[in-house]
Amino acid sequence: MLTKRIIPCLDIKNGRTVKGINFVDLRDAGDPVELAEIYAREGADELVFLDISATEEKRRTLADLVYHVAEKVNIPFTVGGGISSVEDVDVLLHNGADKVSINSSAVKNPQLINDLVAKFGSQCIVVAIDAKVIDGEWIVHLVGGKVPTEIKLFDWAKEVEERGAGEILFTSMNHDGTKNGFANEALAKLSSELNIPIIASGGAGNMQHFTDTFIKGKADAALAASVFHFKEIEINDLKKELRSKGIPVRL
Amino acid sequence: MRIVIINYGAGNIQSIKFAFKRLGYDALLTDDVEEIKNADKVIFPGVGEASSAMKMLRQSGLDTLIPQLKQPVLGICLGMQLMCNSSEEGDTKGLGIFDCDVVRFSNKVKVPQIGWNAITALKTNLFKDIVKTEYIYMVHSYYAPLCKETIATAEYGIPYSAALAKDNFYGVQFHPEKSSTVGEQILKNFLQL
Repeated sequence: MLTKRIIPCLDIKNGRTVKGINFVDLRDAGDPVELAEIYAREGADELVFLDISATEEKRRTLADLVYHVAEKVNIPFTVGGGISSVEDVDVLLHNGADKVSINSSAVKNPQLINDLVAKFGSQCIVVAIDAKVIDGEWIVHLVGGKVPTEIKLFDWAKEVEERGAGEILFTSMNHDGTKNGFANEALAKLSSELNIPIIASGGAGNMQHFTDTFIKGKADAALAASVFHFKEIEINDLKKELRSKGIPVRL
Repeated sequence: MRIVIINYGAGNIQSIKFAFKRLGYDALLTDDVEEIKNADKVIFPGVGEASSAMKMLRQSGLDTLIPQLKQPVLGICLGMQLMCNSSEEGDTKGLGIFDCDVVRFSNKVKVPQIGWNAITALKTNLFKDIVKTEYIYMVHSYYAPLCKETIATAEYGIPYSAALAKDNFYGVQFHPEKSSTVGEQILKNFLQL
Protein backbone atom coordinates (compact mmCIF):
# COMPACT_ATOMS: atom_id res chain seq x y z
CA MET A 1 0.00 0.00 0.00
CA LEU A 2 1.23 3.47 -0.88
CA THR A 3 2.06 5.48 2.25
CA LYS A 4 1.51 9.17 3.00
CA ARG A 5 4.68 11.23 2.75
CA ILE A 6 6.22 13.63 5.27
CA ILE A 7 8.38 16.24 3.56
CA PRO A 8 10.60 18.74 5.39
CA CYS A 9 11.18 21.84 3.30
CA LEU A 10 14.53 23.59 3.43
CA ASP A 11 14.55 27.20 2.31
CA ILE A 12 17.95 28.01 0.85
CA LYS A 13 19.61 31.39 0.56
CA ASN A 14 23.18 31.65 -0.70
CA GLY A 15 23.76 27.99 0.05
CA ARG A 16 22.44 28.10 3.65
CA THR A 17 19.16 26.94 5.15
CA VAL A 18 16.67 29.57 6.24
CA LYS A 19 13.01 29.58 7.12
CA GLY A 20 10.84 32.55 6.39
CA ILE A 21 8.02 33.18 8.80
CA ASN A 22 5.34 34.54 6.49
CA PHE A 23 8.16 34.71 3.91
CA VAL A 24 9.68 37.81 5.53
CA ASP A 25 11.52 37.21 8.81
CA LEU A 26 14.45 34.85 8.20
CA ARG A 27 16.29 32.65 10.72
CA ASP A 28 19.35 30.52 9.99
CA ALA A 29 18.84 26.82 10.62
CA GLY A 30 22.11 25.41 9.36
CA ASP A 31 23.98 23.62 6.64
CA PRO A 32 21.56 22.16 4.06
CA VAL A 33 23.51 18.99 3.29
CA GLU A 34 23.95 18.12 6.95
CA LEU A 35 20.34 18.91 7.72
CA ALA A 36 19.21 16.79 4.75
CA GLU A 37 21.23 13.81 5.99
CA ILE A 38 19.70 14.13 9.45
CA TYR A 39 16.17 14.26 8.05
CA ALA A 40 16.84 11.22 5.84
CA ARG A 41 18.03 9.28 8.90
CA GLU A 42 15.08 10.41 11.00
CA GLY A 43 12.58 9.05 8.49
CA ALA A 44 11.65 11.93 6.19
CA ASP A 45 10.16 10.49 3.00
CA GLU A 46 11.37 13.23 0.69
CA LEU A 47 12.96 16.65 0.91
CA VAL A 48 12.23 19.91 -0.84
CA PHE A 49 14.91 22.56 -1.32
CA LEU A 50 13.50 25.95 -2.14
CA ASP A 51 16.10 28.48 -3.30
CA ILE A 52 15.06 32.00 -2.39
CA SER A 53 18.33 33.74 -3.27
CA ALA A 54 18.33 36.06 -6.23
CA THR A 55 22.00 36.56 -6.99
CA GLU A 56 23.85 36.23 -10.26
CA GLU A 57 25.75 33.18 -9.01
CA LYS A 58 22.52 31.51 -7.95
CA ARG A 59 22.43 28.91 -10.73
CA ARG A 60 25.93 27.58 -10.05
CA THR A 61 25.46 27.65 -6.26
CA LEU A 62 22.20 25.72 -6.54
CA ALA A 63 23.64 23.15 -8.95
CA ASP A 64 26.57 22.60 -6.54
CA LEU A 65 24.21 22.20 -3.61
CA VAL A 66 22.12 19.67 -5.55
CA TYR A 67 25.27 17.71 -6.38
CA HIS A 68 26.37 17.57 -2.74
CA VAL A 69 22.91 16.60 -1.50
CA ALA A 70 22.62 13.82 -4.10
CA GLU A 71 26.04 12.56 -3.06
CA LYS A 72 25.05 12.14 0.58
CA VAL A 73 21.31 11.61 0.77
CA ASN A 74 19.55 8.30 0.04
CA ILE A 75 15.98 9.59 -0.29
CA PRO A 76 14.40 11.60 -3.13
CA PHE A 77 14.48 15.37 -3.22
CA THR A 78 12.88 18.19 -5.18
CA VAL A 79 14.48 21.51 -6.02
CA GLY A 80 12.56 24.73 -6.65
CA GLY A 81 12.98 28.48 -6.73
CA GLY A 82 13.38 30.65 -9.78
CA ILE A 83 13.47 27.79 -12.28
CA SER A 84 12.26 29.14 -15.60
CA SER A 85 13.68 27.14 -18.50
CA VAL A 86 14.32 23.67 -19.88
CA GLU A 87 18.08 24.35 -19.48
CA ASP A 88 17.68 25.18 -15.76
CA VAL A 89 15.92 21.87 -15.20
CA ASP A 90 18.43 19.92 -17.27
CA VAL A 91 21.31 21.18 -15.09
CA LEU A 92 19.53 20.37 -11.82
CA LEU A 93 18.46 16.86 -12.88
CA HIS A 94 21.93 16.09 -14.19
CA ASN A 95 23.44 17.12 -10.88
CA GLY A 96 21.22 14.61 -9.10
CA ALA A 97 17.86 16.25 -8.30
CA ASP A 98 14.96 13.80 -8.56
CA LYS A 99 12.30 16.39 -9.25
CA VAL A 100 12.06 20.09 -9.86
CA SER A 101 9.30 22.41 -8.80
CA ILE A 102 8.22 25.42 -10.87
CA ASN A 103 5.87 28.15 -9.76
CA SER A 104 5.71 31.73 -11.13
CA SER A 105 7.44 30.76 -14.39
CA ALA A 106 4.63 28.26 -15.11
CA VAL A 107 1.94 30.89 -14.51
CA LYS A 108 3.72 33.34 -16.81
CA ASN A 109 4.42 30.69 -19.45
CA PRO A 110 2.16 27.62 -19.03
CA GLN A 111 3.73 25.99 -22.11
CA LEU A 112 6.86 25.50 -19.97
CA ILE A 113 5.02 22.67 -18.17
CA ASN A 114 4.39 20.85 -21.47
CA ASP A 115 7.99 21.41 -22.61
CA LEU A 116 9.45 20.07 -19.37
CA VAL A 117 7.11 17.08 -19.32
CA ALA A 118 7.96 16.23 -22.93
CA LYS A 119 11.68 16.37 -22.24
CA PHE A 120 11.95 14.90 -18.73
CA GLY A 121 8.65 13.11 -18.04
CA SER A 122 5.74 13.91 -15.71
CA GLN A 123 7.31 12.12 -12.78
CA CYS A 124 9.91 14.81 -12.16
CA ILE A 125 7.82 17.94 -12.74
CA VAL A 126 6.11 19.41 -9.69
CA VAL A 127 4.07 22.58 -10.07
CA ALA A 128 3.93 24.68 -6.90
CA ILE A 129 0.89 26.89 -6.48
CA ASP A 130 0.64 29.65 -3.88
CA ALA A 131 -2.90 30.86 -3.34
CA LYS A 132 -4.87 33.07 -1.00
CA VAL A 133 -8.58 33.65 -0.43
CA ILE A 134 -9.73 37.00 -1.80
CA ASP A 135 -13.45 37.83 -1.51
CA GLY A 136 -14.27 34.19 -0.85
CA GLU A 137 -12.33 32.92 -3.88
CA TRP A 138 -8.96 31.11 -3.95
CA ILE A 139 -6.64 33.23 -6.12
CA VAL A 140 -3.19 32.21 -7.40
CA HIS A 141 -0.33 34.45 -6.20
CA LEU A 142 3.18 34.96 -7.58
CA VAL A 143 6.64 35.83 -6.23
CA GLY A 144 6.45 33.83 -3.01
CA GLY A 145 2.82 34.76 -2.51
CA LYS A 146 3.25 38.52 -2.73
CA VAL A 147 1.64 39.36 -6.08
CA PRO A 148 -1.99 38.40 -6.82
CA THR A 149 -3.05 37.25 -10.28
CA GLU A 150 -6.51 36.98 -11.85
CA ILE A 151 -6.26 33.20 -11.94
CA LYS A 152 -8.48 30.99 -9.84
CA LEU A 153 -6.75 28.15 -7.97
CA PHE A 154 -8.96 25.30 -9.14
CA ASP A 155 -8.88 26.37 -12.80
CA TRP A 156 -5.10 26.65 -12.72
CA ALA A 157 -4.67 23.33 -10.91
CA LYS A 158 -6.80 21.60 -13.56
CA GLU A 159 -4.75 23.19 -16.34
CA VAL A 160 -1.50 22.17 -14.65
CA GLU A 161 -2.69 18.57 -14.57
CA GLU A 162 -3.83 18.67 -18.20
CA ARG A 163 -0.43 20.01 -19.25
CA GLY A 164 1.14 16.92 -17.71
CA ALA A 165 2.58 17.92 -14.32
CA GLY A 166 3.24 14.91 -12.08
CA GLU A 167 2.34 16.56 -8.80
CA ILE A 168 0.98 19.75 -7.26
CA LEU A 169 2.49 21.43 -4.22
CA PHE A 170 -0.24 23.67 -2.86
CA THR A 171 0.62 26.38 -0.34
CA SER A 172 -2.14 28.35 1.30
CA MET A 173 -0.92 31.89 1.96
CA ASN A 174 -3.74 32.23 4.49
CA HIS A 175 -2.30 29.36 6.51
CA ASP A 176 1.45 29.61 5.90
CA GLY A 177 3.32 30.67 9.03
CA THR A 178 0.23 30.58 11.24
CA LYS A 179 0.76 27.10 12.72
CA ASN A 180 -3.03 26.74 12.81
CA GLY A 181 -3.29 23.78 10.43
CA PHE A 182 -3.41 23.18 6.67
CA ALA A 183 -6.07 24.45 4.22
CA ASN A 184 -7.92 21.15 4.30
CA GLU A 185 -11.09 22.19 2.53
CA ALA A 186 -9.24 23.48 -0.54
CA LEU A 187 -6.88 20.49 -0.41
CA ALA A 188 -9.77 18.00 -0.36
CA LYS A 189 -11.32 19.76 -3.34
CA LEU A 190 -8.04 19.63 -5.27
CA SER A 191 -7.60 15.97 -4.42
CA SER A 192 -11.07 14.99 -5.57
CA GLU A 193 -11.05 17.12 -8.74
CA LEU A 194 -7.59 16.06 -9.89
CA ASN A 195 -5.98 12.69 -10.46
CA ILE A 196 -2.36 13.53 -9.59
CA PRO A 197 -0.80 13.59 -6.10
CA ILE A 198 -1.30 16.73 -3.99
CA ILE A 199 1.27 17.93 -1.46
CA ALA A 200 -0.17 20.06 1.35
CA SER A 201 1.88 23.04 2.50
CA GLY A 202 1.42 25.92 4.90
CA GLY A 203 0.12 25.88 8.44
CA ALA A 204 1.67 22.87 10.19
CA GLY A 205 1.87 23.54 13.93
CA ASN A 206 1.24 20.22 15.66
CA MET A 207 0.79 16.51 14.94
CA GLN A 208 -3.01 16.73 14.78
CA HIS A 209 -2.64 19.10 11.82
CA PHE A 210 -0.90 16.34 9.85
CA THR A 211 -3.57 13.79 10.76
CA ASP A 212 -6.24 16.27 9.65
CA THR A 213 -4.61 17.08 6.32
CA PHE A 214 -4.33 13.39 5.42
CA ILE A 215 -7.88 12.52 6.51
CA LYS A 216 -9.93 15.70 5.98
CA GLY A 217 -7.63 17.26 3.36
CA LYS A 218 -7.11 13.94 1.49
CA ALA A 219 -3.51 15.05 0.88
CA ASP A 220 -0.97 12.57 -0.48
CA ALA A 221 1.93 14.27 1.26
CA ALA A 222 2.46 17.04 3.80
CA LEU A 223 5.27 19.57 3.74
CA ALA A 224 6.50 21.68 6.64
CA ALA A 225 9.60 23.60 7.64
CA SER A 226 9.90 25.30 11.01
CA VAL A 227 8.15 22.62 13.10
CA PHE A 228 10.88 20.23 11.93
CA HIS A 229 13.81 22.66 11.87
CA PHE A 230 13.21 23.79 15.42
CA LYS A 231 12.43 20.27 16.68
CA GLU A 232 8.90 21.10 17.70
CA ILE A 233 7.89 17.84 16.00
CA GLU A 234 10.16 14.79 15.60
CA ILE A 235 9.44 12.96 12.35
CA ASN A 236 9.55 9.54 13.95
CA ASP A 237 7.04 10.55 16.67
CA LEU A 238 4.82 12.10 14.03
CA LYS A 239 4.79 8.92 11.96
CA LYS A 240 3.98 6.77 14.99
CA GLU A 241 1.11 9.10 15.81
CA LEU A 242 -0.18 8.96 12.21
CA ARG A 243 0.02 5.17 12.16
CA SER A 244 -1.94 5.01 15.43
CA LYS A 245 -4.68 7.00 13.66
CA GLY A 246 -4.79 4.43 10.86
CA ILE A 247 -2.87 6.52 8.31
CA PRO A 248 -0.39 4.43 6.28
CA VAL A 249 3.18 5.66 6.78
CA ARG A 250 6.67 4.28 6.29
CA LEU A 251 8.18 3.47 9.69
CA MET B 1 34.45 -5.34 -9.09
CA ARG B 2 33.62 -3.60 -12.36
CA ILE B 3 30.17 -2.04 -12.27
CA VAL B 4 28.87 -0.26 -15.35
CA ILE B 5 25.80 1.90 -15.74
CA ILE B 6 24.55 1.82 -19.31
CA ASN B 7 24.49 5.35 -20.69
CA TYR B 8 21.92 5.92 -23.40
CA GLY B 9 20.71 9.37 -22.51
CA ALA B 10 18.32 8.42 -19.70
CA GLY B 11 18.00 10.97 -16.89
CA ASN B 12 19.20 11.13 -13.28
CA ILE B 13 22.02 8.62 -13.52
CA GLN B 14 24.06 10.65 -11.06
CA SER B 15 21.95 9.29 -8.16
CA ILE B 16 22.80 5.70 -9.08
CA LYS B 17 26.51 6.52 -9.30
CA PHE B 18 26.34 8.19 -5.89
CA ALA B 19 24.46 5.24 -4.35
CA PHE B 20 27.29 2.88 -5.36
CA LYS B 21 29.84 5.41 -4.12
CA ARG B 22 28.14 5.37 -0.70
CA LEU B 23 28.57 1.57 -0.76
CA GLY B 24 32.26 2.03 -1.60
CA TYR B 25 32.18 1.26 -5.34
CA ASP B 26 32.97 3.35 -8.37
CA ALA B 27 30.43 2.67 -11.11
CA LEU B 28 31.38 3.56 -14.68
CA LEU B 29 28.86 5.34 -16.84
CA THR B 30 29.36 4.14 -20.42
CA ASP B 31 27.83 3.25 -23.77
CA ASP B 32 30.94 1.34 -24.87
CA VAL B 33 29.99 -2.19 -25.94
CA GLU B 34 33.28 -3.76 -24.78
CA GLU B 35 33.13 -2.05 -21.37
CA ILE B 36 29.58 -3.29 -20.90
CA LYS B 37 30.38 -6.85 -22.04
CA ASN B 38 33.39 -7.08 -19.72
CA ALA B 39 31.73 -5.69 -16.60
CA ASP B 40 30.97 -7.88 -13.58
CA LYS B 41 27.65 -6.15 -12.98
CA VAL B 42 25.51 -4.09 -15.32
CA ILE B 43 22.96 -1.45 -14.31
CA PHE B 44 20.32 -0.55 -16.88
CA PRO B 45 18.74 2.71 -15.67
CA GLY B 46 15.88 4.66 -17.10
CA VAL B 47 13.83 7.72 -16.43
CA GLY B 48 11.66 9.20 -19.12
CA GLU B 49 9.39 7.91 -21.84
CA ALA B 50 9.44 4.30 -23.09
CA SER B 51 9.22 4.65 -26.88
CA SER B 52 11.89 7.37 -27.08
CA ALA B 53 14.15 5.39 -24.74
CA MET B 54 13.77 2.31 -26.99
CA LYS B 55 14.62 4.48 -29.99
CA MET B 56 17.85 5.58 -28.31
CA LEU B 57 18.71 1.94 -27.51
CA ARG B 58 18.14 0.92 -31.14
CA GLN B 59 20.24 3.77 -32.49
CA SER B 60 23.21 2.65 -30.40
CA GLY B 61 22.69 -1.09 -30.95
CA LEU B 62 22.26 -1.59 -27.20
CA ASP B 63 18.89 -3.25 -27.85
CA THR B 64 20.64 -6.32 -29.25
CA LEU B 65 23.54 -6.24 -26.77
CA ILE B 66 21.55 -6.14 -23.50
CA PRO B 67 19.53 -9.38 -23.96
CA GLN B 68 22.79 -11.23 -24.78
CA LEU B 69 24.61 -10.22 -21.59
CA LYS B 70 25.67 -13.11 -19.34
CA GLN B 71 26.57 -11.29 -16.10
CA PRO B 72 23.95 -10.04 -13.58
CA VAL B 73 21.99 -7.14 -15.08
CA LEU B 74 19.72 -4.88 -13.01
CA GLY B 75 17.10 -2.76 -14.76
CA ILE B 76 15.78 0.13 -12.69
CA CYS B 77 12.34 1.75 -13.16
CA LEU B 78 11.93 2.38 -16.91
CA GLY B 79 14.96 0.11 -17.39
CA MET B 80 12.93 -2.77 -15.94
CA GLN B 81 9.92 -1.87 -18.08
CA LEU B 82 12.03 -1.85 -21.25
CA MET B 83 13.19 -5.39 -20.42
CA CYS B 84 9.58 -6.60 -20.85
CA ASN B 85 7.90 -7.63 -24.13
CA SER B 86 6.20 -4.31 -24.74
CA SER B 87 4.99 -1.09 -23.17
CA GLU B 88 1.74 0.74 -23.62
CA GLU B 89 3.70 3.99 -23.19
CA GLY B 90 4.26 5.21 -26.75
CA ASP B 91 3.07 1.73 -27.86
CA THR B 92 6.57 0.30 -28.14
CA LYS B 93 8.18 -3.14 -28.28
CA GLY B 94 10.60 -3.89 -25.47
CA LEU B 95 13.72 -6.04 -25.20
CA GLY B 96 11.62 -9.15 -24.59
CA ILE B 97 13.61 -10.50 -21.64
CA PHE B 98 10.65 -10.68 -19.25
CA ASP B 99 7.50 -12.25 -20.61
CA CYS B 100 5.00 -9.55 -19.67
CA ASP B 101 3.48 -6.41 -21.15
CA VAL B 102 3.72 -3.06 -19.39
CA VAL B 103 0.42 -1.17 -19.08
CA ARG B 104 -0.82 2.12 -17.59
CA PHE B 105 -2.44 2.36 -14.16
CA SER B 106 -6.20 2.87 -14.35
CA ASN B 107 -7.63 6.24 -13.37
CA LYS B 108 -9.13 4.72 -10.23
CA VAL B 109 -5.80 5.61 -8.61
CA LYS B 110 -3.76 8.80 -8.86
CA VAL B 111 -1.28 8.64 -11.71
CA PRO B 112 1.71 8.79 -11.43
CA GLN B 113 2.12 6.76 -8.27
CA ILE B 114 4.66 8.72 -6.24
CA GLY B 115 5.97 7.64 -2.87
CA TRP B 116 6.92 4.75 -0.62
CA ASN B 117 5.11 1.46 -1.06
CA ALA B 118 5.53 -1.90 0.68
CA ILE B 119 7.09 -4.86 -1.12
CA THR B 120 5.92 -8.38 -0.31
CA ALA B 121 6.25 -11.99 -1.54
CA LEU B 122 10.00 -11.50 -1.99
CA LYS B 123 11.96 -14.11 -3.92
CA THR B 124 15.61 -14.62 -4.93
CA ASN B 125 18.81 -13.40 -3.27
CA LEU B 126 18.18 -9.87 -4.53
CA PHE B 127 16.09 -9.51 -1.36
CA LYS B 128 18.40 -11.47 0.93
CA ASP B 129 18.28 -10.35 4.60
CA ILE B 130 15.10 -8.36 4.10
CA VAL B 131 12.87 -9.92 6.71
CA LYS B 132 10.17 -7.49 7.78
CA THR B 133 7.80 -5.42 5.66
CA GLU B 134 9.94 -2.80 4.00
CA TYR B 135 9.06 0.26 1.96
CA ILE B 136 10.72 1.37 -1.25
CA TYR B 137 10.39 4.52 -3.36
CA MET B 138 8.27 4.31 -6.51
CA VAL B 139 7.59 6.91 -9.21
CA HIS B 140 5.73 5.58 -12.23
CA SER B 141 2.58 5.70 -14.34
CA TYR B 142 3.02 2.31 -16.06
CA TYR B 143 3.50 -1.08 -14.43
CA ALA B 144 4.31 -4.70 -15.15
CA PRO B 145 1.41 -6.97 -14.13
CA LEU B 146 2.09 -10.03 -11.99
CA CYS B 147 3.66 -12.79 -14.10
CA LYS B 148 5.75 -15.92 -13.67
CA GLU B 149 8.91 -13.79 -13.39
CA THR B 150 7.59 -11.64 -10.52
CA ILE B 151 9.96 -11.70 -7.53
CA ALA B 152 8.37 -8.91 -5.48
CA THR B 153 4.81 -7.61 -5.30
CA ALA B 154 3.49 -4.14 -4.51
CA GLU B 155 -0.09 -2.94 -4.43
CA TYR B 156 -1.57 0.20 -5.96
CA GLY B 157 -5.23 -0.35 -6.70
CA ILE B 158 -4.18 -3.82 -7.81
CA PRO B 159 -1.18 -6.04 -7.03
CA TYR B 160 1.62 -5.70 -9.59
CA SER B 161 5.30 -6.57 -10.12
CA ALA B 162 7.67 -4.50 -7.98
CA ALA B 163 10.53 -6.65 -9.28
CA LEU B 164 11.13 -9.30 -11.96
CA ALA B 165 13.88 -11.85 -12.55
CA LYS B 166 14.85 -14.35 -15.22
CA ASP B 167 18.24 -16.11 -15.32
CA ASN B 168 20.89 -13.37 -14.91
CA PHE B 169 18.40 -10.55 -15.51
CA TYR B 170 16.78 -8.59 -12.68
CA GLY B 171 14.49 -5.61 -12.83
CA VAL B 172 13.06 -3.38 -10.12
CA GLN B 173 10.22 -0.92 -10.63
CA PHE B 174 11.34 1.09 -7.62
CA HIS B 175 14.45 3.22 -7.13
CA PRO B 176 16.86 1.36 -4.83
CA GLU B 177 19.24 4.34 -5.06
CA LYS B 178 16.53 6.48 -3.43
CA SER B 179 15.06 3.90 -1.05
CA SER B 180 17.09 4.64 2.06
CA THR B 181 18.87 1.76 3.82
CA VAL B 182 16.56 -0.90 2.31
CA GLY B 183 17.56 0.24 -1.16
CA GLU B 184 21.21 0.07 -0.18
CA GLN B 185 20.73 -3.50 1.06
CA ILE B 186 19.14 -4.46 -2.29
CA LEU B 187 22.02 -2.91 -4.25
CA LYS B 188 24.51 -4.70 -1.99
CA ASN B 189 22.66 -7.97 -2.59
CA PHE B 190 22.80 -7.39 -6.34
CA LEU B 191 26.56 -6.92 -6.19
CA GLN B 192 26.83 -10.27 -4.41
CA LEU B 193 24.84 -12.20 -7.04
